[in-house]
Amino acid sequence: MQQSKSPTAKTGAGFYWKLFSSTFLISAFTVGGGYVIIPLLKAKYVDEYGWINDKEALDMVAIAQSMPGIVAVNACIILGYRMAGLMGTITALLATTLPPLITIGIIARCYDTFASNPIVQMALKGMQCGATALIVKVAIDLFRKQAKKKLLLPLAIVLATFVANVFFDVNIMALVLIDGLIGFFLMQNPKYN
Amino acid sequence: MIYLQLFIEFAKVSIFCVGGGYASMPLIQAAVVDKYAWLTLPEFVDVFTISQMTPGPIGINAATFAGMKVAGVLGAIAATAGFVAPSLLLGIALAKLFFKYGNIGPIRGALNGLRPAVIALICGAAIDFILLAVWNVETLAGGLGNTDWTSLLILALALLALHYKYGVITILATSGVLGVLLGLIKTF
Repeated sequence: MQQSKSPTAKTGAGFYWKLFSSTFLISAFTVGGGYVIIPLLKAKYVDEYGWINDKEALDMVAIAQSMPGIVAVNACIILGYRMAGLMGTITALLATTLPPLITIGIIARCYDTFASNPIVQMALKGMQCGATALIVKVAIDLFRKQAKKKLLLPLAIVLATFVANVFFDVNIMALVLIDGLIGFFLMQNPKYN
Repeated sequence: MIYLQLFIEFAKVSIFCVGGGYASMPLIQAAVVDKYAWLTLPEFVDVFTISQMTPGPIGINAATFAGMKVAGVLGAIAATAGFVAPSLLLGIALAKLFFKYGNIGPIRGALNGLRPAVIALICGAAIDFILLAVWNVETLAGGLGNTDWTSLLILALALLALHYKYGVITILATSGVLGVLLGLIKTF
């Protein structure tokens, strides 16, 4: 059914406004990272407006996920570029970044005023513990997933990097760079994907 | 020139963050807390907490918050722009390459090496967070302080709730309420 729908024109102020407003709204009301926002973007761009076809969108998202940076931002950049070139990229990029920029900007402004209040401090302390639980859970889940693959080299990287980081205070970017080089030379085999 | 510094520092972080929002955390922490002391560790944990409850990717949120605190609105814009600049250049380059060759093989290997590194770094960040929440220290170097039992309790309850798949916002909000209630009980 989507195929029979004539594709919406991808030029002119109307298109850019639609691209901007739909992306802006999704970004403004989606709590959670790329894995939440990407399906929503896809639903808009592919199913509702027909700006890009399903397979192409999936390919673009795969690139976005394997690129450094933020997955949601990467997806907007690449999808925007695919749909309407550089202008599409810039429109989609602004629409994704502005909502968090505005929200957090306001919160950061108010933070110092609120953070000195004792009740707020208690609430923040409580939430810190909740957030700690969250990151502990993420760390455990990621580690278990990696361990399940039963591949020696990645596990060795995890352990060596962890020890170097926690016990020897080695610079994080140096660690990442070394591990990236190890991967580049030794881990091109698809079993590591 | 603080704006340029914010831009460059966050651009650097963004190049090295692979594999979703949590992956950016340890890198941002290293730059913002350890290297430049733009935020204290408790402030950084608050940014993380706030990020979980507000829209937007955590990297952008942290960049905006740090930029705002260090150099106001322009600082927030500089940091955020720095964070997305590498993605913009690389994204366009890759989109072009992909249309030409349909293959992004060469960077696959490097990414395969980065993913385990990120796991290790997130584990490291988790340890930092635990030390701060429960013992109120930032490193292991000075030994542990007094154990904060209420924090330990909230942490354990939150872990349990995560295990039973309660939503993140529910858990954080409940942790906040518990923090206030237990805090008040302790005071009186």
